Amino acid sequence: MPKDTGIGASTKRREDVRFLTGRGVYTDDLSLFGQAHAVMVRSTVAHGRIVSIDTSAVESMPGVLAVFTGEDFKDVGGNPAGWLINSRDGTPMREPKRPVLAHGKVRHVGDAYAAVIAESYAQAKDAAQVLSDATEIEELPAIVDMKAAAADASNRVHDEIPDNICFDWGWIEDNRAAVDAAMKAAPHVVTLELTNNRLVPNAMEPRASIGEYFPGTGDYKLTTTSQNPHLTRLLICAFVMGIPENKLQVVAPDVGGGFGSKIYHYGEEALVLAAAKRLGRPVRWTAERTESFLSDAHGRDHVTKIELGCTKEGDILAIRTETYANVGAYLSNFSTATPTFLHGTLMAGPYKVPHVYVNVKTVFTNTAPVDAYRGAGRPEATYSIERVVDKMCRELGLDPFEVRRRNLLTPDQFPYTTPVGLVYDTGNYQATLDKAVDLADVAGFEARRAESAKRGKLRGMGLSTWIEACGIAPSHLVGVLGARVGLYDAATVRVNATGTISVMTGAHSHGQGHETVFPQIVAEKLGIPASSVEIVHGDTAKIPFGMGSYGSRSLAVAGSAMDRAIDKIIAKGKKIAAHMLEAAEGDITFADGKFSVAGTDKAKTFGEIAFSAYVPHNYPLETLEPGLEETAFYDPANFTYPAGAYICEVEVDEGTGKVDVVAFTCADDFGNVMNPMIVEGQVHGGVGQGIGQAVLESTSYDENGQLLTGSYMDYAMPRADDVPFYTVDHSCSTPCTHNPLGVKGCGEAGAIGSPPAVVNAVIDALQRGGHSHVTHIDMPVSPNRVWQAMNA
Amino acid sequence: MHNFEFVKPSSIADAVAALAAEGAQPLSGGQTLLPTMKQRLAAPEVLVSLTGIPEMQGVCTGDGGLHIGGATPHAVVAREAASHYPALAALAGGIGDPAVRNRGTIGGSVANNDPAACYPAAVLASGVTVVTSTRKIAADDYFQGMFTTALEEGEFITSVIFRIPQAAAYVKFNQPASRFALTAVFVAKFADGVRVAVTGASNNGVFRWEEAEDALTADFSAGAIAGLTASAEDMISDLHGSAAYRANLVKVLTGRAVTAAR
Ligand SMILES: Cc1cc2nc3c(=O)[nH]c(=O)nc-3n(C[C@H](O)[C@H](O)[C@H](O)COP(=O)(O)OP(=O)(O)OC[C@H]3O[C@@H](n4cnc5c(N)ncnc54)[C@H](O)[C@@H]3O)c2cc1C
Repeated sequence: MPKDTGIGASTKRREDVRFLTGRGVYTDDLSLFGQAHAVMVRSTVAHGRIVSIDTSAVESMPGVLAVFTGEDFKDVGGNPAGWLINSRDGTPMREPKRPVLAHGKVRHVGDAYAAVIAESYAQAKDAAQVLSDATEIEELPAIVDMKAAAADASNRVHDEIPDNICFDWGWIEDNRAAVDAAMKAAPHVVTLELTNNRLVPNAMEPRASIGEYFPGTGDYKLTTTSQNPHLTRLLICAFVMGIPENKLQVVAPDVGGGFGSKIYHYGEEALVLAAAKRLGRPVRWTAERTESFLSDAHGRDHVTKIELGCTKEGDILAIRTETYANVGAYLSNFSTATPTFLHGTLMAGPYKVPHVYVNVKTVFTNTAPVDAYRGAGRPEATYSIERVVDKMCRELGLDPFEVRRRNLLTPDQFPYTTPVGLVYDTGNYQATLDKAVDLADVAGFEARRAESAKRGKLRGMGLSTWIEACGIAPSHLVGVLGARVGLYDAATVRVNATGTISVMTGAHSHGQGHETVFPQIVAEKLGIPASSVEIVHGDTAKIPFGMGSYGSRSLAVAGSAMDRAIDKIIAKGKKIAAHMLEAAEGDITFADGKFSVAGTDKAKTFGEIAFSAYVPHNYPLETLEPGLEETAFYDPANFTYPAGAYICEVEVDEGTGKVDVVAFTCADDFGNVMNPMIVEGQVHGGVGQGIGQAVLESTSYDENGQLLTGSYMDYAMPRADDVPFYTVDHSCSTPCTHNPLGVKGCGEAGAIGSPPAVVNAVIDALQRGGHSHVTHIDMPVSPNRVWQAMNA
Repeated sequence: MHNFEFVKPSSIADAVAALAAEGAQPLSGGQTLLPTMKQRLAAPEVLVSLTGIPEMQGVCTGDGGLHIGGATPHAVVAREAASHYPALAALAGGIGDPAVRNRGTIGGSVANNDPAACYPAAVLASGVTVVTSTRKIAADDYFQGMFTTALEEGEFITSVIFRIPQAAAYVKFNQPASRFALTAVFVAKFADGVRVAVTGASNNGVFRWEEAEDALTADFSAGAIAGLTASAEDMISDLHGSAAYRANLVKVLTGRAVTAAR
């Protein structure tokens, strides 16, 4: 019988009631008395020198209240990169200033260099157009292609960075010679050059911010679309504006999806605060969809050469990669971590590979900044590995399932130290592979292929065995890796006098379902109904200092903090109970919502204890403070390592090149599962995004740096009929060994593991269909590309 | 969006008068025009809605075939043309999404003549008569290249009269993002010959593939065009498909339309 409450129950998402009935309250839904409207003036050229901005052209236009340009922010700080990376030769990365508004130069189409504030949105929009026309920008040649950018010293995105390279990173540099030697000695070497296509995040809710300033107290308030309000506050206060942290409240109300793009602090947030102060009025800004395309941080965009050395039997001996990673025009907050520590450290995959070396050159271009996007670095690593392993199987005529089994780590090898710096704590990769093979009915594939052939379709099957490091966290580890912040999280559990509970969590929910899952855990541990538990998140004035949600970390890190805080509540409850029941504290047990004296029928309910804590008439006041509220900060000992096996089946239409994903099976190990329905939903969403990347989504800039795919007319998002009904399973679970809940995180898995499974299936279909010359097609495997490949 | 005046006449004569005003433009379903205005790429001073004119609504049989009012939404055509002209109804039912189909109209689509739009293929393949506020125009004279038609300033489409073929089919290959036609082919078999109209493919907008028409008039089977190749010259080449790819689609989809025709 599945549970209907508490941990492990598929409780329906309570937040969906408001989301699905249009009662969510998003930033743009707020309307404040006296509010003014900001419209950003954005560059229409990819690269240029700002010659003049004639603000007098708009200052007397109807409704215009203020105009800001880069000049207004030249004395405040820049928006920093959160991770400091050193190049192979030990030199620190180059970190150009990222100003609130572009100053001196514009560096990508959509780079905001001015803002107009007016009484109405329409007036601000009119004035922004006039200001754009009244701006002279001397256009410079656009730097779009990464390899050309790195090779050309004369044309620079940032004048002070000669070769447009941010850093040239080696991981692990000391192992390089050994890896080269192993590669040289390998009986067979497989080489693959591939592109991990740039993606536009496309959260359903565009970015929006409202700034307020209260002159009476000197306090600021920012309401914004953020995945991590405390981090945004820290960046604005400590790096950009110099506002004391205690004087800025950051609120992220309902947020309609982020996928990474709302982790980062953006210039518009600083702009609305500065404007609110200057005008003494609330100032609001909401991105139009075009602005989202042009100015949200994009994802992926790697060009990689991967080599794999192996025996003729398919034992992997060495992996070596060289990657060019696009960071765009400026360093967004996680942009330097994504291609390095979230990518290079995963390059051994789930395999026992003795020698691995990763080189990443991070390049500035005149394109939108690129940063972490669902999976962040790990999809890029997984795609490279799983594609090259697949190619190895084809070159050597080996069965891809057998080759995986040969190389996967076995359960007895954990904890396992990889050659790229991680320690995998636990796993059972054979189990998930066997499960996937079973659920996908691999044995029945030939029959399905024959049936597809009858309908004129080429059918193929692709496999991916993947691993990721998530729950990003350990502060000591990320500190060694260059992070400028810690990555713990925090929770306050406040038991109210009447026994209900408010949990203030540092995690932020923007679609994940925390408001449902966190109460399930509280309910299970305290033996009270989940409906008595409320989750408070997204407001720096209410919650403890937490680091927000990304990297599949909410449950593993913030959930663990909550778990610890609940333990403290129980411990204090026992003290109160001991007093009330006139027993020794050591004799008190807590179960099913009752504090009991062991071996007797004397007991107090959780509610009675809570009441007594707030109405302490019969209470040990000499030794115990009243009240029942506990805070815990939790900093894990390690990343968590979800892993799994994905099997994809596609049909290819030979006449048109169209790829249909017809079956997709996931066998995942997420450790303990708190709410199976939500976990499955996360996998569905992730795989949907992975299929989107593999089959549909392409971000294309022309040679002048104009975004050709700047709207849904040209940027193809996956829709319901682009994806099959998924088969998902998470029964092969090996609980995480180092967090109290034993959870690993499931938010990104689908997007990490799925793209190579899709592309491997397409190559399989073409090979079986007689197109044996096709060994690789870059994503997205669009009809045009597949047809070109077949007919090349 | 810039400010504009809005009028909603209830007769063709009143619409003609309203459209004589400086800067006036017809508005039908608004599915093309309104997004353009929101992006400030168009700024008409007066919008003359054509959706309040009873003669411009609905589907009925009459002289020369099936009459469809110029302001009839796609969803109504999908429903009401189904028993008369199934291929046309299926085409209408495959445009955009329900919101687009319930607002967007045949007149707006045919007037706009987007090179990737669906209706122009049906119109050209069916040998339609386009009826306007001032005259009747044969389909072969109506389309004059991408976004260009025989319509004059102030002239608007009041109805479209389709000849009903013996058998027909529309096969659309979706552009993956917009789901307009990356290339689509309408094949219609009449007693006096087969017409094959192609949309989405050419730099010159919708066109007839005459070689295929001849071959199919002689032998209405997919095999009849096996030896032909559509020329890639003048085909659109963009992010979603090269000219050669589109030329291939023209042939593949024509074959499939012939097989599907009923
Ligand atoms: C999301 C989306 C998906 C779509 N998918 C498709 C698709 O798959 N296939 C497809 O074919 N189309 C598609 N369309 C376009 C849709 O069919 C539009 O309805 C059509 O192009 C225009 O019709 P309308 O009635 O909305 O015209 P409007 O937008 O009102 O007008 C379009 C133009 O025609 C003029 N006009 C309007 N009516 C007349 C008239 N009677 N006489 C003269 N001029 C007139 C207007 O002045 C304007 O210039 C899609 C649109 C959207 C928004």
